[in-house]
Amino acid sequence: MSTPQESPQAGRHRAGQDAPAAAGNGNGNGRGNGGGAPLVKLINAGKRYGAVIALHDINLEVGAHEVTCVLGDNGAGKSTLIKIIAGLHQPSSGVYEVEGTPVHFSSPREALERGIATVYQDLAVVALMPVWRNFFLGNEVRKGFRMDIGAMKKMCKDELLAMGIDLRDVDQPIGTLSGGERQCVAISRAVHFGAKVLILDEPTAALGVKQSGVVLKYIIQARERGLGVIFITHNPHHAYPVGDRFLLLNRGASIGNFEKSQITRDELTGLMAGGAELEQLSHELESEGGSMAAAAHELEAEVSDLGLSQPSASTDPEAR
Amino acid sequence: MAQTTEAPVAPPPRADERVGRKSPLARLLARPEAGAIAGAIIIYIFFFIIAPPFRNASSFSSVLYVTSTYGLMATPVALLMIGGEFDLSAGVAVTSSALCASLFSYEFTTNAWVGVLVALVLSLAIGFINGWIVVKTGIPSFLVTLGMFFMLQGINIALTQTITNQVSSPDISTLQGFNSARQVFSASWTVGGVNIRTSVIWWIVFVIIATWILLRTRIGNWIFSVGGNAQAARAVGVPVGKVKIGLFMAVGFMAWFTGMHTLFLFNTIQSGQGIGNEFVYIIAAVVGGCLLTGGYGSAVGAAIGALIFGMVNQGIVYAGWNPDWFQFFVGALLLGAILLNTYIRRRAEASI
Repeated sequence: MSTPQESPQAGRHRAGQDAPAAAGNGNGNGRGNGGGAPLVKLINAGKRYGAVIALHDINLEVGAHEVTCVLGDNGAGKSTLIKIIAGLHQPSSGVYEVEGTPVHFSSPREALERGIATVYQDLAVVALMPVWRNFFLGNEVRKGFRMDIGAMKKMCKDELLAMGIDLRDVDQPIGTLSGGERQCVAISRAVHFGAKVLILDEPTAALGVKQSGVVLKYIIQARERGLGVIFITHNPHHAYPVGDRFLLLNRGASIGNFEKSQITRDELTGLMAGGAELEQLSHELESEGGSMAAAAHELEAEVSDLGLSQPSASTDPEAR
Repeated sequence: MAQTTEAPVAPPPRADERVGRKSPLARLLARPEAGAIAGAIIIYIFFFIIAPPFRNASSFSSVLYVTSTYGLMATPVALLMIGGEFDLSAGVAVTSSALCASLFSYEFTTNAWVGVLVALVLSLAIGFINGWIVVKTGIPSFLVTLGMFFMLQGINIALTQTITNQVSSPDISTLQGFNSARQVFSASWTVGGVNIRTSVIWWIVFVIIATWILLRTRIGNWIFSVGGNAQAARAVGVPVGKVKIGLFMAVGFMAWFTGMHTLFLFNTIQSGQGIGNEFVYIIAAVVGGCLLTGGYGSAVGAAIGALIFGMVNQGIVYAGWNPDWFQFFVGALLLGAILLNTYIRRRAEASI
């Protein structure tokens, strides 16, 4: 299995112990984080759209130097959850706390001001705009009334270089970058602007193996710098090596909330793949008899295999 | 192309993720104005050859004048298009503004400047309403402003008839403040035998301001972003709704300015005027390289688009052709420009 030079979990074992090293690195508005209150905490949060219950009774927290992974299949409520945390939507029930105080965000801008930055999978950037304009979009550096373009280009280049992205020209449209690079630009942008909490929406979903590895590496880097990361994904093989906590969603409800010590990668994979559901399906098929039964046996075999030998796009060779 | 001089830094070689270089020519061609500049040169040469009067400096000043009347409006229309929206009411909104100013100050016998200010408020309000409906409802601006277009067209003619019993507004040249307003909006003076109108100066000033806003200010960044990807812009905190409403109001502002220019030039306004001009503005912007889908374009391009219009408009006259050919040219230009732009953009993208 091909591994990027720096293995994603290089920093894993140190997480939590080297907290002071990078703590408070990027956050300008010295709000007390010494109290140990989690950066972001949802308590029994729910969301209804009219009669549709998109999400109910969700508990989630992420602290500095932590990666909380939110796992779930399509339609599990992951996007709704992000939108609540990002300030696009308000929860219709429950409490949303930032650093211990309840908040009611009415726009993403307010969430940003509290250091909660979201990097979306597909709508992270404006493809036709140059890299540096994207980087500073919404946070332009100004000299009087006009933008300080020279300074912005330089800062953008330096910041990307620090992330290991060596762009020849920050003036090129960001749409000409690869998917992984675009994600990394978006992540480094959030870090640069003092995000305390990064919400990453399926950052690896559209990426190949190598590029996923690059993104996972930046997740680790962000954590090392003292950020809290909420990593949304449907791939347990990406989640397990970087995550400290795992929240599993299914049909708008939590089906599990684990610390890393409470769950193995195989269990996580099994839960994600809906092992129980598959098993039930195989029983149903079997009772139909005939060719259905054959399919049922195959399913059963797959269920017993789950998590043990499933081929994966993971960059994680030895997590256990 | 220059190599970057930095020594390769720590990260592993990921050449496979890299984007290659563009040649300087491809860069030039990739600029939004490229097609328009080429078109303008071709059309200038064309009329230069077939229409001898076109070669005079004085004819070129009248080309510039006609250009400015289109260009004043094409500028904000281009910004709006970069911001991802249309305004089909832009043509009649000019007339509405001029009618409002002249009827108000005439009927209430006020200083001409009072009417001018009332018209400004009206024009900004029309822009605001267009923008507000588009932003609040998410209905395509094409439909919203189409509705506004017909409403304004109807109200222009109906109200003028009701108030004056005529199809045009009364002559306001006797009103107080008329002369000073004319000095601002529609003065002209002769330099070295060439007649120059203030509208040309104003047009150039507004193009420079618009370009500066687009490329050098935060607002410009926001305009590109709301047209290119409104959701991404919103997600990083760009006030998408405000930017769009502001753009519609900028169109309103320039409709007011253009209306005032026409009013104080002719003293009176035909109530049916302006219909069809909205397309000229949009075509000028498209010819100038603005993408219909938003997020790409330039104010300079729109200015060159307007210049192409001005040259064709006057060139046909100087060539002694029937002016009806103008419409044909407008259509042919639009089609040609779109084909050329698409071709150039494909070439530029392919040579990345």
